[in-house]
Amino acid sequence: MSAQVPTIETGVIARIARFSPPRRYLPVIGTFALFIGMFGIGGIRYEGFADPQVFLTLLLDNAFLIVLAVGMTFVILTGGIDLSVGSNVALSTLIAARTLELGLPVVAVIVVVLLSGILLGTAMGLLIHYFDIQPFIATLAGMFLARGLCYLISVDSIPIKDETFSAIAFGSITLPGGYYLGWTAVFALVIVAVAAYVLASTRFGRTVYALGGSEPSALLMGLPVAATKVGVYAISGLCAALGGLLFALYTLSGYSLHAVGMELDAIAAVVIGGTLLTGGRGFVVGSLLGVLVLGTIQTFISFDGTLSSWWTRITIGVLVLVFVVAQRVLTRR
Amino acid sequence: MPETVGTVKALGARAMAHRLFWPLAALGALLVVNLIATPTFFNVRIQDGHLFGSLVDIVRNGAPVLLVAIGMTLVIATRGIDLSVGAVAAIAGAVACVYIVKSPVDGAAGTAVVAITMALAVCVALGLWNGFLVAVVGIQPIIATLVLMVAGRGIAMLVTGGQITTVNNDAFAALASGHLLTLPVAALIALGVFTATQIVVRRTALGLLIESVGINPEASRLAGVRSRTIIWTVYVFAALCAGTAGLIIAANTHSVNANSLGLWIELDAILAVVIGGTSLAGGRFSLTGTLVGALLIATLTRTIPNIGIPAEANYLFKALVVVVVCLLQSPKARAVLQRRGDRTPTSREEAVA
Repeated sequence: MSAQVPTIETGVIARIARFSPPRRYLPVIGTFALFIGMFGIGGIRYEGFADPQVFLTLLLDNAFLIVLAVGMTFVILTGGIDLSVGSNVALSTLIAARTLELGLPVVAVIVVVLLSGILLGTAMGLLIHYFDIQPFIATLAGMFLARGLCYLISVDSIPIKDETFSAIAFGSITLPGGYYLGWTAVFALVIVAVAAYVLASTRFGRTVYALGGSEPSALLMGLPVAATKVGVYAISGLCAALGGLLFALYTLSGYSLHAVGMELDAIAAVVIGGTLLTGGRGFVVGSLLGVLVLGTIQTFISFDGTLSSWWTRITIGVLVLVFVVAQRVLTRR
Repeated sequence: MPETVGTVKALGARAMAHRLFWPLAALGALLVVNLIATPTFFNVRIQDGHLFGSLVDIVRNGAPVLLVAIGMTLVIATRGIDLSVGAVAAIAGAVACVYIVKSPVDGAAGTAVVAITMALAVCVALGLWNGFLVAVVGIQPIIATLVLMVAGRGIAMLVTGGQITTVNNDAFAALASGHLLTLPVAALIALGVFTATQIVVRRTALGLLIESVGINPEASRLAGVRSRTIIWTVYVFAALCAGTAGLIIAANTHSVNANSLGLWIELDAILAVVIGGTSLAGGRFSLTGTLVGALLIATLTRTIPNIGIPAEANYLFKALVVVVVCLLQSPKARAVLQRRGDRTPTSREEAVA
């Protein structure tokens, strides 16, 4: 047994040395390396940083952002953009809080929230596809609309006292070694897996990539352009509503000023995850890694204690810049 | 008689086809709503030698958005967009306020002048940075300016040290609340920049060159237009406008809060530009349209509380205005309406409404 181990290892090392990943995976691998590197540096500099529980908490703290970034990936893959997700999150938390206050059963609350998210997304998709309104402007309108509806529901923060909600919020599964992972984080990972499957292996997913590559070509190929284009915005709306539910669980409240500017974080995560903003290239896993990188920056700052919070934004800006320039160089050939 | 009806109809059709018809109609409708809600809405009185009244307020409060929108119009005309203007406004306010606070003579007019000059110089640098990313590195404008949009507020907080910096400088405060020849200074600055820009782009070839770059940068370059310089210029100009707007906002509150100064002003500005009929696809712009768009937004912001709706709900109405104006300007939606209008000419008004 013990004699065999080294040979297997050398075989593996040789295979890894010979292995060169396909070009399209390069950005995701870059993000992964960045994440590991940041975590490694954190582990060396700060005591307790390299603890697996820190990583698991990272997933828990960013569960809503992961789901948002998944929806955003679909939209950006078609070459569009969705600015409304932040407001949509706030609206979802408020609808959830208000309907719970009115005494609706939890299942009904979830259905209402998800339907409202899908409805908003679909409406924007229809405007974009059938009336040729730029995604930027249409989703900007969606952003204002959702924020305005928030204020109509309530100007003040509404607490969520429902027992089922708090049970889900604090529920976690115990992993071997005494570590635990919150249910919301598990849910976010499931969403990533489903989205990755849809994008990689379904007809809809392949059409999303085709649309991002070239819309006229997709149309000439007879692909269902209209349904797909409206569909990605509906998915983004759905993901924003799901993210809103997770955010409501995270904060146990609904508030019209929740998630201000969160659309920027989602877009930044997708860009750092290696998805091309012009569309057609990218992976959901990259966006997951992008969110984790953003989360690691914040963990860094909270572990350090001497760094001020604004370094988060500056670092995110610099990372976006680095990835955008790298993409530019890689795609120029 | 039928002839006159025909002429009136033709005139009406021509007016409706004008790209500023719907924005102006919406502006007029809003003013009428205000007049009904508050019959004294149009009253303008002179007090202590200054003009006062709701209309003056609208122009004064709309000045920052108008300024940003003027710069944004030129950027959009080159087929670009500048998302960083809000962050640039925050940085400008932060630089000026921090300089004034740190200066030994923080109340002197000279200090304010130096502070403003410094802030605008920083804005030029930020504009050069955006222009560099777009024109030289060749990154899509929306992403290139996203970098500064995300990082900019962090930089502004770095400058202020995360504090809300309050200044006591009358000369600086005059940027927002001062009056010159009975008119508010903020409005004069915005209208001055508007007039100057209008003259420069329409009386020289610059406007034409900007449009040509927007239509096809490569072809313009081959035709001998220095598209790189033009693109660089418009981003610097946009940053300068944004910085001026930031200074006015900071002067208005006598303070700078790096988190909230100019928050979402880029969206309001883009909205104003789009309402004014400038195409986001570039190559065609109307500064007059932008002026109407900015006034429309300022009036809307004023109308909501005036008719008794909570001020926070103005987002809702902004959303409706964006959708309606965009639909009315969208060729596809127009075609649909046209077809319906031709079938039943009498119900045309209803179809449009």
